[in-house]
Amino acid sequence: MRIQIDYATTYAYDRAARFIIQTLRLTPRSSEAQQVRHWQVETDIDSRLHRSEDAFGNVVHTLYTEQPTQSLTVRVSGEVITSDTAGVVPPDQETLSPLVFLRDTHLTKRDRLISVFASEFSAHPPLDRLHRLMAAIHGSVAFEVGVTTPTHTAAEVLALGRGVCQDHAHVFIACARQMGVPARYVSGHLLRRDTADQEAAHAWAEAWLEDLGWVGFDPANGVCPTDRYVRIATGLDYLGAAPVRGASYGGGGERLAVRLSVRDADMQQSQQQA
Amino acid sequence: MAFDEMSGDATAYGADVRESYRGLARWLADAPDGLLQSRSRQAELFFRRMGITFAVYGDAESSERLIPFDVVPRIIGAAEWAGLEAGLVQRVNAINLFLADVYGRQECLKAGVVPAELILTNPHYVPEMQGRRPPRGVWVQIAGVDLVRTGEDGFYVLEDNCRTPSGVSYMLENREMMMRLFPDLFADYPVRPVETYADMLLASLRACAPEAAGADPTIVVLTPGPFNSAYYEHSFLADKLGVDLVEGRDLFVDDGKVFMRTTQGRQQVDVVYRRIDDDFLDPLTFRPDSALGVPGLMAAYQEGSVTLANAVGTGVADDKAVYTYMPEIIRFFTGEEPILKNVPTWRCREPEALKHVLANLQDLVVKEVGGSGGYGMLVGPAASKAEVEAFRKRLINDPDDFIAQPTLELSTAPTLDKGELAPRHVDLRPFVLSSPEGVKVAPGGLTRVALKPGSLVVNSSQGGGTKDTWVLDV
Repeated sequence: MRIQIDYATTYAYDRAARFIIQTLRLTPRSSEAQQVRHWQVETDIDSRLHRSEDAFGNVVHTLYTEQPTQSLTVRVSGEVITSDTAGVVPPDQETLSPLVFLRDTHLTKRDRLISVFASEFSAHPPLDRLHRLMAAIHGSVAFEVGVTTPTHTAAEVLALGRGVCQDHAHVFIACARQMGVPARYVSGHLLRRDTADQEAAHAWAEAWLEDLGWVGFDPANGVCPTDRYVRIATGLDYLGAAPVRGASYGGGGERLAVRLSVRDADMQQSQQQA
Repeated sequence: MAFDEMSGDATAYGADVRESYRGLARWLADAPDGLLQSRSRQAELFFRRMGITFAVYGDAESSERLIPFDVVPRIIGAAEWAGLEAGLVQRVNAINLFLADVYGRQECLKAGVVPAELILTNPHYVPEMQGRRPPRGVWVQIAGVDLVRTGEDGFYVLEDNCRTPSGVSYMLENREMMMRLFPDLFADYPVRPVETYADMLLASLRACAPEAAGADPTIVVLTPGPFNSAYYEHSFLADKLGVDLVEGRDLFVDDGKVFMRTTQGRQQVDVVYRRIDDDFLDPLTFRPDSALGVPGLMAAYQEGSVTLANAVGTGVADDKAVYTYMPEIIRFFTGEEPILKNVPTWRCREPEALKHVLANLQDLVVKEVGGSGGYGMLVGPAASKAEVEAFRKRLINDPDDFIAQPTLELSTAPTLDKGELAPRHVDLRPFVLSSPEGVKVAPGGLTRVALKPGSLVVNSSQGGGTKDTWVLDV
C-alpha cells in the first residue's frame, strides 16, 4: 500500500521557554516491508536538527532552539510503500542481540499478576502462545482513552483493565519476557479503515522467535501488523521509542497538541480522479 | 591466626617485625606512653573541624558521621607493591578491552569466554552504548579495585569498582593528616607521595578529552549535589583538580555539545568527571524523572564532543556475577596469566554451586550480585542461626541474584584500640587511572579497617574506619 502520513506535535507554553531540546523518533527507515518514498521533518520556528541513529537502529533527530518560544510545532510528513509480511519483520542489520530484549524496564516490570496472566499460555508452542497472549490482552484490557498516562506500568494497566495501545503493548512485552521471549516496543502508524484523522500515533509490540525472527503483535487491535502498518521506532518500552522526549528551560505551563492524518494515497488519487 | 601486616605469622606484636614495618616498630618503641592516643585525639579534632564526614544510608541517628581514622599506618614494601601494581595494570587493561569488546564486536561472547546471556541481560549492560566508542577509546578512566590479603603473597581482588568509585579523598586527607601529626616519622621513611594523585588524574582526564578539544580542555566534576553521601569528595576533588564542581542544572546541551553556564556566558565542556550513576545522567535517554542529569548529554556523547569519565555502561564489568569470569577475561584479552587472584566464587545461578552453597551457608560469605557497600550480604560465620535461615530463603527464591565465597582470613594490621596496638582486619582500595597514555596506579590507596575485634566487614557504612597507606620507595 501507499500510505501518506502527516503528523504534527505542538508544544505550547504559557510562559515562553528560553531554550528547548528534544529528541525526535519520528522518521521511518526503509526495509523490505516498507519503502520510504519521501519524508521530511520541519519545525515552525528557527531551530537546528542533528540527525543520528541510535543503538536500536532508530533514526533520531535532536532538536535545539534557543530563542524565546511560546509554541513549537514539529511536523513530519511523507509517503511509505508497505507490503504485507504477515507480521514478520524482515531481517535487518540489528546491532542488538535479541537477548537484550529480555530485560525489565520500569514500565514493563513484572509482578505476580503479570506472571500468573502469562503462565496460562506457557504450555502452547511458541508462536501459538504469543497469539493467545495477544488475544487475551485484547480481551482483558479495554481500549479507553484518558484513564492511563505514559507513566503507567504494564502491571498497573493489567490490574486496571483499561488503557490505550501503548498500555496494551507494555502488557504484551512484560508477559512475553516473563515467558522468556524477547519482546520490544514499536511506535508507528496505522492506516485505519474508518478515519484518516487520528488523535495519537499507534504502538504495538514485537516478539523474537527462533525460526521467524521478530514478529509483530498488535494487542490493542488483536491482530498481527499488515501492510496498513508503518514502523517508526523500536525500544525496550515506550520511553525508548517515544516520538518526542524533550526538556525546556524556563518554560511554564506546557501543553501538547497532536494532529495526525494517515491516508491511503492510492485511494485518495482514485477518488480525486472520480 | 590471620596474616598480620606488621608481624607476619607471629602471634603477638613484638619480636618478629616484617621488613616494611621495622622503622615504625623502632619509632613506637622510643615513643613516650600515650603519644599515639593523644595524636589520635588530635586527628579526630582536625577532621571534625574540616568537616570531613560521610552520610550513612539507613542511619537515622546521624545523617552525617565521621569515619574513624586510625593513626597507625598500613605499610606496603616496594617489592610487594611492584607485584600489586603489575597485577592492577593488567586487570584494568583487560577490563577496558573487555568493555570495548562487549559494546563492540562481542568476540568474547562469541568465543564463550563469558555467557552472552549474563552480559546482555545484565541490568548494568547499557544497550544504548552498543556500537559506540567513547572518545579516545577509554572506558574506565578511574577504577578503585578492592584487594584483600591472606598471606605473604596471597593478594585477592574482591571487587573491581568501575562505575564511580569513591574513597580517594580519604587517601589524600589521611596522608595530609599523618604528615601533620607525625612529621618525624616521615623524615625516616621513604614513603612515596600520594599528593601527586590530582596531577595524575588531571593529566589522565586531559589525555582522554575529545581530539577537537585542543590543548587545554575544559574539565568539570559533575555531582548529584550536597545530599549525596560522597559530596564532600566531589567538592574536594574539584578543588584539588582546579576545575569547576557542577550539578546537572549548571550544564546544558546545544548543537551536540555540552556547555557550562558561567558569569561570562556559555563555556564548552570537554570532559565530565561524573559522579552520577548512568541511570540519572540524561532524562532524555535514561530515567525521565532524573533531575540530576543533563538533558541531551547522551546526544552530545554520541557525537563524540564530550568525554564522560567513566564511560557509560562500565557497570557490566564490575558486576559480581561477571567478576567470577575475570580470570578468563584477562587471559582472553591479554594472553597472560592473571597476576592477581580472584576469590574462588560459587555462582548460585548454577544448580550444582547452589547446592554446595546451601549446604555450607554457615561457612560462606554470600553477596547479592547487584549489592554494594556491604548491604544485602551474609557473613556465615558471624551470622546468627535466624539470619542464616532468612538468607537461605532468599537464596532459594532468587538464586541468580547471589554469589558465594569462602570466608577469607583477611590480613590484620596493628590498630590503636584503647591505647594498645591490636590486630584488626583490613582491605585495600588502590586507585587506577587509564588514558591513551597507559594505565597508572597511584602509589597508595585507601586502607579500610574493621574496628571491632574479629570483624571482617570493613565498609564505612558498617562501622569500618580508615588508615593511611604507605607505599615504600625501597
